Formats: sequence, C-alpha cells, structure tokens
Amino acid sequence: MSAAVAVEALEVSLDRTPILKGVELGVSAGEWVNVVGPNGAGKTTLLRALLGLVAYDGKVHIEGLSSQRRSVRAQHLAYVPQSPVIPQGMLVGDYVLLGRTPHRGIFAAETAADTRIATEVLERLDLGGFGDRAVQSLSGGERQRAVLARALAQQTPILLLDEPTTALDLGHQQDVLDLVDGLRRERGLTVIATLHDLTLAARYGDRVAILSEGRVAACGPPDGVLTVGSIARHFGAHVKVLRDSDGPVIVPTATTTSRATGVAPAGRAATQNGDHL
Amino acid sequence: MRADGSSGATSANGVQLQASGLRARALVAGIAAVVIAVIAGLTIGPAGIPAHRVLMELADLLPGIAVESGLNDAHKAIVTDIRLPRVVLGLLVGATLATSGATYQAAFRNPLADPYLLGIAAGAGLGATIAIVNDIGDGAGVFDLVPIAAFGGALGAVTVAYLAGHIGGRSTASLILAGIAVASFLAACQTYLLQANADAFRRILAWLLGRIATSGWAEPALLLPYFLVTTAIVLRYRRALDVLAVGDEEAAALGLEPRRIRLIVLIAASLGAAAAVSVSGLISFVGIIVPHAIRLVFGTSNRVLLPLSVLFGAAFLVLADLTARTVLSPAELPIGVVTAFLGAPFFVFVLRTSRREIW
Repeated sequence: MSAAVAVEALEVSLDRTPILKGVELGVSAGEWVNVVGPNGAGKTTLLRALLGLVAYDGKVHIEGLSSQRRSVRAQHLAYVPQSPVIPQGMLVGDYVLLGRTPHRGIFAAETAADTRIATEVLERLDLGGFGDRAVQSLSGGERQRAVLARALAQQTPILLLDEPTTALDLGHQQDVLDLVDGLRRERGLTVIATLHDLTLAARYGDRVAILSEGRVAACGPPDGVLTVGSIARHFGAHVKVLRDSDGPVIVPTATTTSRATGVAPAGRAATQNGDHL
Repeated sequence: MRADGSSGATSANGVQLQASGLRARALVAGIAAVVIAVIAGLTIGPAGIPAHRVLMELADLLPGIAVESGLNDAHKAIVTDIRLPRVVLGLLVGATLATSGATYQAAFRNPLADPYLLGIAAGAGLGATIAIVNDIGDGAGVFDLVPIAAFGGALGAVTVAYLAGHIGGRSTASLILAGIAVASFLAACQTYLLQANADAFRRILAWLLGRIATSGWAEPALLLPYFLVTTAIVLRYRRALDVLAVGDEEAAALGLEPRRIRLIVLIAASLGAAAAVSVSGLISFVGIIVPHAIRLVFGTSNRVLLPLSVLFGAAFLVLADLTARTVLSPAELPIGVVTAFLGAPFFVFVLRTSRREIW
C-alpha cells in the first residue's frame, strides 16, 4: 500500500512554545490510524499542521498533492473539528454544500453536481429530510453527522477527525465511529482521528499512535501499543488492560491504592474515563 | 445572479436539496419597496403638487416619452431639481450604508458590527468639524470642502484602526478594540474643537445628525462611483462570506484565505461608508436595522442578505428622509434623528432575540 500521509521530523511551535518536536508518522492509503495522547500532547496541532493551518518545520507529504495552495489541499484533506462553529440560522443543506467550496471557484455558484453530491451524502448519513432545517436546531448526534456530511461532501481521499466523539453519549459515539468505518470501507478513505477514549481507539481503526510530549512515542496495532506500562508512562494513569476478542479494553483501577503510592494523575485518568464505565 | 435560486437535485426518495439563493419573491419584494419609496419620496412634500402630475412629469423625463404634465415651471423645478436628486441621493446613501453594515457583520461574524465600529463616524465627524470651525467649507460656492474633509477623516480613522489592530495581534477582537480606541480619541479631539468654537456648534450638530440635502446632482454624482464599486466587490464575495461564517479555521480548511477575503470586503465596505457619510453626515443604525430585518424575513445567507440590503437599504432611507422632511413640515427633522428613533429600539430587540454569542 502506498503512503497517503507521510510526516517526517514535524516541528510546530505556538507562541514560541514547542508543541510538536519531531513527529514521524506514516499512514497508508485506506488505513485508519487513531492518535491518542494526554491533554496538551499536540494531537489537534498535528491535524492542523496536516491541514496547513499552522506553520511547521519538517516534511508533510500528502499523496497526490500537487500544490501547497489551500484550495488544492482542501481537495485532498477534509477536516471535522472538535468544536465546529455552527453559524446562526444556516440550513443543513447550505452547511453541507460548504464542503463543495474547494471544488468550485471562490465566486462561482454551486453546480447541479454539487447539490447532487450533497444530497447523496445527506441521505447516506440519514439526514435526508434535514436539508432545510437549521443546523443549530439539530441534536448533538445529528449535528455531528451534519459536520461529517460536510467533510464527506468535500470528496477527499483523506478524512481528519478531531475528537469526533466528544459531547456524544456512548450510543452516539458508536454510531459515529461505525459510520466512519462503513464509509471508509465503501469509499476507500484514509482516516486519521484523535480520540480520548483508549478503548474506542482500540476498537476502531487499524493502528494507534501515542503522541506524548510532542513525539510519536509508540505506533502500531492496539494490542502492542495500549499496554499497562505505556498508558502509565504517557498518561500517568493506572489502568488494567483486559482483553476480549475485539482487542484490549482499558479500565481505570481504583484510585485508593494509587493515592497510597503517591501517584497523583491516576485520579485524573479515572475521572476522564469515568463517563464510559 | 441567479434569480430563482434553483439548483436543486432530486434524490431517490424525492427529497430535494436547494442551495439558499435570492428567490424571485424576495427580489420582487425588494424592487417593489424601492419603487414605492421612490414614488412616495417624489410625490409627497410641502409643495402639495398632485401625485399624478408628478408621475406624468417624471414620465416626460424618460427618453422617447413626451407627456404634458401641466405643472408650472416652479413645480417642475421642485420635482426634477429638488426632489429627484434628493431621492436618488437617499437611495444611494441607504443602499451603501445597509450593504456596508451587512458586510461588516459577515466579516466580523458579529451581528452588531457596522462601519461606524472602526471609527468611520468619529473620523468623519472630526474631519467635518475641522472644516467647519476653520470655515473652509462655508460659502466657497464652487467647492464644499466639508464632505471632502469628512471623507478624509473617515478613511484616516479606519486606516489607523487597522494598523493599531494589527499591533495588538491579528484577531478580529483586537481590530474592534482598536476601532473603539481610535473612535474615542477622535471624539475627544472633536469635543475639544466644539468647546473651543462655540459659534460653529449649530452647523456641526446639524452635520452630525445627518441629512439628505442636496444642491442639485453634485452629491449623488459624487457618491455613485463609490456605491457601484463597493456593491460590485461585496456582492461578488457573497458566497465566500457564507463560508467565512464557519470561522477562519474551518474556512481555511475548506480552501479559502479568510484574512484576505475579510480585508478586501472591509476595505470596499469602508470606502463606500466613508463616501456616504461624507455627503450625508452621520446617519446611524441603517447598517444594522436593514440587514437584521432582512435576516428575520428572508434568512441569514449572504447570498440573499447582501443584494437585498442594497434594495431595502435604499428604500428605507428614502422613506426615512420623507418622514424627516414631512413630520414637522415645513421644518425639517435631521434624518439621523428618525433612523435613531426607529433604530435604537430595534437594536435592543435584535440584541434580545439574537441567540448567538457575540464574543
């Protein structure tokens, strides 16, 4: 398989604070890689660098990208931000059509092909009758699907998802990730997602990359990467890693013992994952 | 411009998706508003000329039509030399201010933004004040320098606000804060000049309250090119401004250059607003009332909002001017008083119903 995305020695500083300090990551075409890591590790910054939204040193190679122009990049990479801005009063149909922006001139109107693509995407995501509703009026799960629909309407080979499951309940988290998985198989998409939930990161996708202190500390199949030792080292969390046929299940251990040993971050990890227990 | 907005696609189960666009119904409503305002503005007035004769006289002005209106020469002059240029100026000022306001709101993603925010009003006010207290605009006959001074002041203020906003970082918030600082500084300078030149106070106050008074066609001719350039640029960017609604980060991820687009449309809108202010004085709230009323009725897409702001802004100001010159007839109320009287309560209403977080 060819590399859809190849990142070499990627360094990014924000306000002179180094965030990424030499990230190396290769993602094959059609692969799904989940980027995990503690808060502040630079997960979102990595996605923003791929999108060309921050200045960086090092190499970011996107397959088939012939120019660094934003409009060209947006024909290769679609982005689902963690907290999308939902414009007041904008209709779902218009919102999804925004995804066609990179394919039409800045001054041009949508073509019939654009509206056909947007209509198909809406139906695929079970939003068929939602075209003339305001995006703001949608529920959390519907809204996340609308944002995903906009990204799919871009018809890019690569999909970047920043915490696509935050603010969703467990059922909707599964719905969204199942949907992404189905779409990836149908359309041969390459997916790079950041996720907080390590068990979800292990269940969906092919590989997990741990981003810690600005570098990729480990990258590989979930079984090999999400171990008790690596989670303690990079997240400062005390966990048990259970296994079932679908892969590792990460469970925080009780905090009383960890307090006794004086390891502070375990409480944080338990809270962080507490929603899903 | 697509008049019917139809680029629909019917899917397997018959659900049709249509991009928002200027529908024929909205366009007809806007044109009707302009026509009604123009007819009202031309036919109503203290001279008591019968409306049908005014319309016949106007028809006579059209090429290829010859109608005898039966008006005497004095009444003819009132219609063609006084009311007509005044109505045309009202159309141009209203259209420019409303369109500039809508553009500022889209560019800053702030429903309460308008060109006055970046110091246009304060700069124009100071420029006009300097011209009036130094008597350089008074009675010169050939040239009224007050509008030129106001135009220079407005552009100077908005330029300083841009530069100062850049020093404080590149966020829109720092630009707006810089605009407020510049406006406060210029207002202080103006107050100083007013205190020091009490005799010019009345003239300056009259200018500050705004008026659509013309001396023939000079003012409309002055404003027309600015109106055309501003409107052409801003309308061309109407779709890009819809993309900017999702914020700079996402707009950039969709392939646009948000900062460049914002700079272009803000320069265009500022230029138009400065030109409008220079001929009409400070007419407040048009840039806020008109776009918001359109949003409430026709939706928030800039594809609809910007073209309709041109039409309804033009109609609104002609009707406001008609109110200003008839309500205390034969005396005239400054038009800024009329728009503020209507605009301030509307502003509060919009603030109350606007569910969007401004910052």
